Formats: sequence, C-alpha cells, structure tokens
Amino acid sequence: MASKDRQTQPQKPSDLPVLKPFVIRPPAYASACHWLANLPPVTGVLLFAPLIIWPFASHAAGQFTMLNAFEALLKWIPFLFTSGFLFNVLISVFAMLFGTLAGAALGLGQISKLAIIRRSSWFITQLFRNSPWLVILFIVLLALPFEFVLFGVVFSIPDWTKAVFGLSLPIMANISEIVRGAVLSVPTAQWEAAESLAFSRQQILWRIILPQCFKRMIPPWMNWYAILTMATPLCSLLGVEEIITLSRQAMEAEDNHPELLVPFYSFALGMFFLYCYPIARLTIRLERKYAVKL
Amino acid sequence: MAAWTEKDPIVSIKDVHKSFGKLEVLKGVSMDVMKGEVVCIIGPSGSGKSTLIRCINALNDIQGGSITVSGIELTDPQLDKLALRKRVGMVFQQYNLFPHKTALENVMMAPLLVLKENENDVRERARSLMAKVRLEDKENAYPGELSGGQQQRVAIARSLAMTPDVMLFDEVTAALDPETVKEVLVTIKDLAQDGMTCILVTHEMGFAREIADHIYFTDNGVIVEHGPPKSFFTKAKDPRTKEFLSQIL
Repeated sequence: MASKDRQTQPQKPSDLPVLKPFVIRPPAYASACHWLANLPPVTGVLLFAPLIIWPFASHAAGQFTMLNAFEALLKWIPFLFTSGFLFNVLISVFAMLFGTLAGAALGLGQISKLAIIRRSSWFITQLFRNSPWLVILFIVLLALPFEFVLFGVVFSIPDWTKAVFGLSLPIMANISEIVRGAVLSVPTAQWEAAESLAFSRQQILWRIILPQCFKRMIPPWMNWYAILTMATPLCSLLGVEEIITLSRQAMEAEDNHPELLVPFYSFALGMFFLYCYPIARLTIRLERKYAVKL
Repeated sequence: MAAWTEKDPIVSIKDVHKSFGKLEVLKGVSMDVMKGEVVCIIGPSGSGKSTLIRCINALNDIQGGSITVSGIELTDPQLDKLALRKRVGMVFQQYNLFPHKTALENVMMAPLLVLKENENDVRERARSLMAKVRLEDKENAYPGELSGGQQQRVAIARSLAMTPDVMLFDEVTAALDPETVKEVLVTIKDLAQDGMTCILVTHEMGFAREIADHIYFTDNGVIVEHGPPKSFFTKAKDPRTKEFLSQIL
C-alpha cells in the first residue's frame, strides 16, 4: 500500500541537503576554462555575426560604408592571420614551454627538504602569482637591454622574446602551485610505504609520487594555457607585432575609418575563441576523466 | 658497536622515549627480540604500540634510549636510514600499495631500484613470493582491482622481496572484513613457521596466542606486562592487563 501511495503522489523535492541529488561542483582553480567551456558552441558563430550583418545594416551611412570596411577586412585577413594570430600562438607556445619547465622546477623546490630552497621557491611563486601580468611585462621590457655584446659581437634582443619571457613568469608561478598541490594530494602513506622499502627521496618522488599525480596536473595546466593565449594581446602594448598591433596598423592603412573597428576586432575575437574554446572543452572532459581516483 | 652475532637479540630496544611535541607517547620501553622469534604487542588504542614499531625502521625518530637492529645503532647521528630499511620490512594497516603499478611490479620495484638487482632474478623471486601468498593468478592485476585481503598479501610479498631480517606488522588486519582476515593471518603464520623474525601489533588475541613466542602488553607508553602466551593469557598479574583481557576475551 505504501508503494501505491508513492506512485500516485508526485515526489516532493527534499529540503534536507543530504537527500538532495549529489552535484559535482567543478574545482575553483579552472574557472576560466569552465566559463569558456560553458558557452554554447554557437557563440563562435555569434562572434562573427557583426562581420556579416553590420555591412548590410548600415549600408547607406556616409561615403565609407560598412560594406567597404568589410571588404577592407577581407583584404587583410590572410595577413592578420599568418603574421598576426599565428604569432600570438607562437608566443603562447614558447611562454608555456618555458613557464612549464621553470614552474615544474619551482614547484619541486616548494617541497624541498632544504628550508632555504623551499622558502625562496615559495616566495618567487607568490610574487609572480599575485602580480598583474601587464606590470610584469612592462618591467621585463624596460629592465632588459635591447641588445648585448658578447665577445665583441652585438646581439639584439627582439621585443617578442622579452614578451615570451614576461608572460612565462606568471605561468611559471601558477604551474609551480599546480605541481606542489598535485604532489601534496598523494596520501603521505605512499611516502611512508616507499620509505619503509628503503627508496631514497628522489626515487620516491620520481618513481612513485609523480607518476600518480601527473594526470591530475594536465587539466589545470591546459587551463593556464588557454588563459595565457587570451593574454597574448597584452604584448601589443609593448609594440610586439601580434594580431592586435597589426589590426591597428591595418586600420590606419585604411584611413582610420571608425567603421573599421567592429569588423577588425570581431575578427580577432573570433580567432581567439576558435582557438581557445576547444581547449576549454577538452580540459573539462579530462578533468572529469581524472577526477578523484584513489 | 660489535658486529651482530646469533647470540645477540636481532632487535634490541632499551629505555626508549618518544614524544610528539609535549605529548610523551613512549615513556621508557625496553624489549629484546631474538632471531626467528615472533613477538606480539597488544594494548588499548593510543598506548604507543604503532609508534613503537614505527621507531624500529626509523619512520619515527626517538628522543631517548637506544634501538639496535642487526647491529645497526639507530641513534647514531650518521645512521644510514636506507641501509637500515633494507633489513627491516614493514606492512601497514592500509596496505599502501603503489596504485599505478601491477601487483607483480609492486613486488619487483624495490629490489630493482633500491638493491639494483638483475631484473630476471627479481622477476623469478617476485613470482615465487606471489605464489607464496597464494596470488600467482593476480600478478598483472592493479591494486584497485584486488580485495583488501589480496592487497595486504601483495604488500607482505612486497616487503619480503627485500629479504629483510625482521618484519614489522602494524595492525595489518584492522582494516579487513572478518572473512579476509583469515587469509592474511595464514600468510603471516606461514612466514613465522619459515623462521622469519616478526613483530606484530595486533588486536587478534586468538592469533597472538597461537603464533607468538612472546607477548608484550603496553598501556600509556609503558610495557605493563610481558611473557609467553600461555602464562600471559592465563596468569596475568597486573590489574590493567587483567582488565584489558577481560574486555577482549
């Protein structure tokens, strides 16, 4: 009889937290990727929409119409893509490479047994994790010389390598925290079991602890790559010839008509979206796959 | 320190004091264990049993007294912890197998990486140890695919692969369900019968009575009473021992 009642009555949602359906909340560290990945894929099309709709919407306004602006953009797209956007990608790849290598070393430094290495690694990590990226970029650009002399030969340092260096610093600090957190996420019992088998500290770290937490580091690492890529336009403020700098130059070459702004910047926005969105989606998928497994 | 001979105890603990901050956990504990002896340490929770056996392989350091294992002095400031741990095997309550390696790889890892032995020899020995703990058909299983009892037996094989002089067992059956406790106890019993020196912290009184050569009862950081199982379980003198046994048996 009791079961009959249950069938006829609609189930009331419970106000007791324990009885509510279990919801897996994403960890806070990957918020940028979560935000991006939660956008529907159609967002990509919408971002390009102004490019297509705008020219027709304001066809009759003045001598230089939106249609002219659109034509100007079409003319510039191959250049903006190959010399501009691909350069942004190149900067992001190099900054990520150096940031990851330095960050891994710094992260391991943070769990060193030597207090001086541990403390200084912690300090460097906190310093670059909590500084505005733009400020770091400016300091790097102004503090480093534009050329140096080695054995009588003058080597010039191009601005973009300084930008790579500047962007790799905050990446380094954040990767350092990822490594530290991942190592600490392995239960201490694993350390003890390995110690009791006479493994050295180095062996424990490289053979037992890191292999266990390597997968867990991949999603947050990818998240920081997406954030880094989206931050590369900061380099335009330093005069690096990436997509935003080149867009501005292209608009100047087209006589700086205000109608050019929306198509040109929409194009840049769209390129970043098309590049970062799949990364964000993949990050979320990997995050679910590697979530809490012990 | 003179080299260890058969006549000396293989593990010698003298007046050991151990504190965690202000909390004194061991307040002068002494015991001698001869080669081939099986010793069980029993006592209520928090009495310092686990701390004591963790001191024997230097997982915990001590603040006073001395511990000697196979002639290695643990209080020596130049103590080579790795050399000590090669002689002392330890099995934990929570098995602590390496989850990213198969059962056989778990057993092979330490001899390969720590003792740098030949891989074929190690594989052969690991195989025979897996057979010894009756898990020859689970060699390629990952720890996550094994039951608690099976994992614990792999953990025992993993320690034995280092051919230790002494085996320490820290409440190895406490996390197991009653049916699988037996398979682990049988494994330990086999080991004891083969002449392995074993020091066990356990709550399995029946088992302790059956296999132990000597039983120590600890309470509040001291050894209250000790003796061979027959007299210990029937003729306990100290009131604390009597009370503990009356609650357990």
